[in-house]
Amino acid sequence: MKIEILGTGCAKCSALEKVVKEAVSKIGGFHSVEKVEDIMKIMEYGVVSTPGLVIDGVVKSTGKLLTVDEVLAYMREL
Amino acid sequence: MWKEIVDYLTLDILGLSGRVNDTLNFFIYDTIKIWFLLITIIFVVSYLRTHFNTEYVRAHLQGKSQFYGNVLASLFGIITPFCSCSAIPLFLGFIQARIPLGVTFSFLISSPMNNEIAIALLFGLFGWKITAIYIGFGLLVAILGGYFIGKMNMEKYILLDVQPMEGELEEVKILLTFKERVKEAWDYTYDIFKKIWFYVLIGVGIGAFIHGYVPADFIASWAGAENPFAVLVAVIMGIPMYSNAAGVMPLVEVLTSKGMLLGTALAFMMAVTALSLPEAMILKRILHVKLIALFFSIVGLGIVGIGYLFNFIL
Repeated sequence: MKIEILGTGCAKCSALEKVVKEAVSKIGGFHSVEKVEDIMKIMEYGVVSTPGLVIDGVVKSTGKLLTVDEVLAYMREL
Repeated sequence: MWKEIVDYLTLDILGLSGRVNDTLNFFIYDTIKIWFLLITIIFVVSYLRTHFNTEYVRAHLQGKSQFYGNVLASLFGIITPFCSCSAIPLFLGFIQARIPLGVTFSFLISSPMNNEIAIALLFGLFGWKITAIYIGFGLLVAILGGYFIGKMNMEKYILLDVQPMEGELEEVKILLTFKERVKEAWDYTYDIFKKIWFYVLIGVGIGAFIHGYVPADFIASWAGAENPFAVLVAVIMGIPMYSNAAGVMPLVEVLTSKGMLLGTALAFMMAVTALSLPEAMILKRILHVKLIALFFSIVGLGIVGIGYLFNFIL
């Protein structure tokens, strides 16, 4: 699946990126992880509080630093 | 009851007396009291907050009339969290949803000013009356400040060309169970407390020293009724201190008990939370300096006005 982290370089945003990478290594398989820093792109997703987590084009969470387990739960939803 | 325990500790167990007892007693009593209140109030606010997020606020503010929008945006500012790092997506996102510039500014003024740390500290240090005055006048500055900025046709000073979205945003309800909300609120509280407990310790520490050793007339002559520029100086000094609100407020309490006028203290605390230099630097990437200067002047003037008004009445 395609996982995007939306954030313009705040501390929580890079922290979420780390969490997502850890989650991906735990769940296994091939997934793309991308950090989206372009503000226009972030707005296209309708997100106004960063960091945001987007999985396969669907916004899953905004304004929160999630834990590895929470990210895993979102990934397993699919 | 807590007072008796601390008295027992410093007087009977440690056998202190005089100024040393006074200072240490004050330090232990205030630190623990403020820590306790911070945890309690941040938890309550975070719990309420799990029902709202910025996306929800944006959808709710869409299409509201000018003045009503300013009032609503300022009220929402109390309940939503604010981080200057997300000021840009917030600002652009509001414009994208065709929310007027003035309403956006009302939110941007109210949100950091009425943050949970400030409210918890005010309540713990000054009691509910001063807290209510602070929130009330904070809202007034946010509503009127946003309203005036909205009247000035500053839209051309937004540096990025934001395409307004079509149609209406849906108000997405956040569906969580009670347990999930409690967990989220607790995680948030823990996170905040971890960041600020030390500042509180330092702030109260310096405050305790002033409480015990600095004579009252020294402070009164600088920050009391004898200095007509006290409010102005206090507001300017408050601007670079945003990140340290937790350490600054305990100090202000001691200064007031030593003769600093309440209006000056209020103005100072409002300046600390509402006008932040890092936020201005971040907004500079998307807003023209003129608009930021206007934002700072209007809010600054409002706060100075409140300060003098209070010094005059009380």
